[in-house]
Amino acid sequence: MSSISIDKSVAMGLKDLLGYLLDSDKVDSVLTMRRIPETGAWDLALITDSGNLGEAEPLAPVMTVNAGKELSSLSLSGKRIAAVLKPCELRALIERVKREQGSLQNLLTISHTCSGVFPLEQAADGSMNELLPKYEKVASMGEVPSSVRDTCKACQHFIPVHPDIMLASAGAQRPGEGCVLYLEGGKAEEALREFRGVRDDRVFDPSSLDRTAAARKKERDRLFARVENDCSGLDGLLNVFGKCVGCHGCSRVCPICYCALCDFESMNFDYNLPYFEEHLSRRGALRLPPDTVMFHLGRLTHMSFSCVGCGMCSDVCPVGIPVAAVFSRTGERTASLFDYVPGRSLTEEIPVMVFKEEEFSELG
Amino acid sequence: MSEWQPRILAILCNWCSYAGADLAGVSRIQYPPNIRVVRVPCSGRVDPLFILKSLQAGFDGVLVSGCHPGDCHYISGNYVARRRFAILKPLLEFVGIEPDRVQFSWISAGEGERFATVVTKVVEDVRKLGPSKRIVKKA
Repeated sequence: MSSISIDKSVAMGLKDLLGYLLDSDKVDSVLTMRRIPETGAWDLALITDSGNLGEAEPLAPVMTVNAGKELSSLSLSGKRIAAVLKPCELRALIERVKREQGSLQNLLTISHTCSGVFPLEQAADGSMNELLPKYEKVASMGEVPSSVRDTCKACQHFIPVHPDIMLASAGAQRPGEGCVLYLEGGKAEEALREFRGVRDDRVFDPSSLDRTAAARKKERDRLFARVENDCSGLDGLLNVFGKCVGCHGCSRVCPICYCALCDFESMNFDYNLPYFEEHLSRRGALRLPPDTVMFHLGRLTHMSFSCVGCGMCSDVCPVGIPVAAVFSRTGERTASLFDYVPGRSLTEEIPVMVFKEEEFSELG
Repeated sequence: MSEWQPRILAILCNWCSYAGADLAGVSRIQYPPNIRVVRVPCSGRVDPLFILKSLQAGFDGVLVSGCHPGDCHYISGNYVARRRFAILKPLLEFVGIEPDRVQFSWISAGEGERFATVVTKVVEDVRKLGPSKRIVKKA
């Protein structure tokens, strides 16, 4: 463990680092959030020329796509990539690597403490720009900004788990502290050997975030209580997921739903005329497409225990279903059966891939 | 109209529970006729979705049965199944399906008597709960 301090703001220090990595050929490309000056639009970009880093905004509180999902497929290209990830993106990456959808071998992961991201709607219509100063102020005080995604407010994993390089962003810094890079492991040490800054052996102190943790916990309890109240039981389920139009957008943007052919888009769910006739003869009416509620139940059973709570699914839902809140709630419950925290560790096995001989004796 | 009878889907593994059901039959052991049997190669073949789908399709209850832990024909299929069912349980609770509607059991090929007992219990449990509410949208 070692640390490097740079006498600059966190954002500037991080950009310096990315420039250094590209210029000194430590990596082939960097993956970062970017803002296009002409349009003001945010996107996730892979940059190979440090001359293009001017547009990079690695700490932008926006998630247009879960970068862990994109990065995992890129990671198999063999190119060396340094990626700036939010903590949930890093966890998503780990979950995907466990599912053999990526590899950490050629990656240098850089992550930072996170205060949450704005819903895509605000990022797209520009209203986020007005809210940003307030967001930054609230975040720097260690409180939960009211403008971020619901699941961000309730997120308990805002400190990244074992990235190669970690930064403390707003709210996690001590007063007057510049940009401090906390290096973990030989890969980071090796890559940053010639990087200029004051070397030390400081370790990140999470106690600076105790206040945030308490506030987030309160938000989580509130969100979960709302899910229990509004979404549980058959009536709740139908009220919430009954709005679903079956676009499957939530699973497309989900970093965990990786199946190339989703069961729900396979022949298993291609209904034929006899099915419709049989159904109609009993009920007299049938909503199309069928199985929109079943789709969500299926996803809950298939991957809820690996949900990292990034909130992409809720953001892309055209009818405003709080998918992410439901998945966070039920995911926490299913994962806790196995003391599993998605993305916490590469060595922790996915619950459904392993078993113990002595467990769940109450079943059967 | 005749009295309501629960309809229960029994998903049985080929090597143990199906043979257990067979033994119950050839031994002329009585059990309620409310089950419809689906034979699967192994309880590990059972996707929790099968269970949700059968409830949606109108079954009042589902019984899944496989070999006793340690006795799986494929060594570990039932252990994997058991984990999946453990995950399904809290989900069923969340979506408001009474826990007794979906039951799991381990029945070996030699346990014809046990098969009859389990089926009787499941049928009685579901009968007490009454007809299943359906996981379908109001069309």
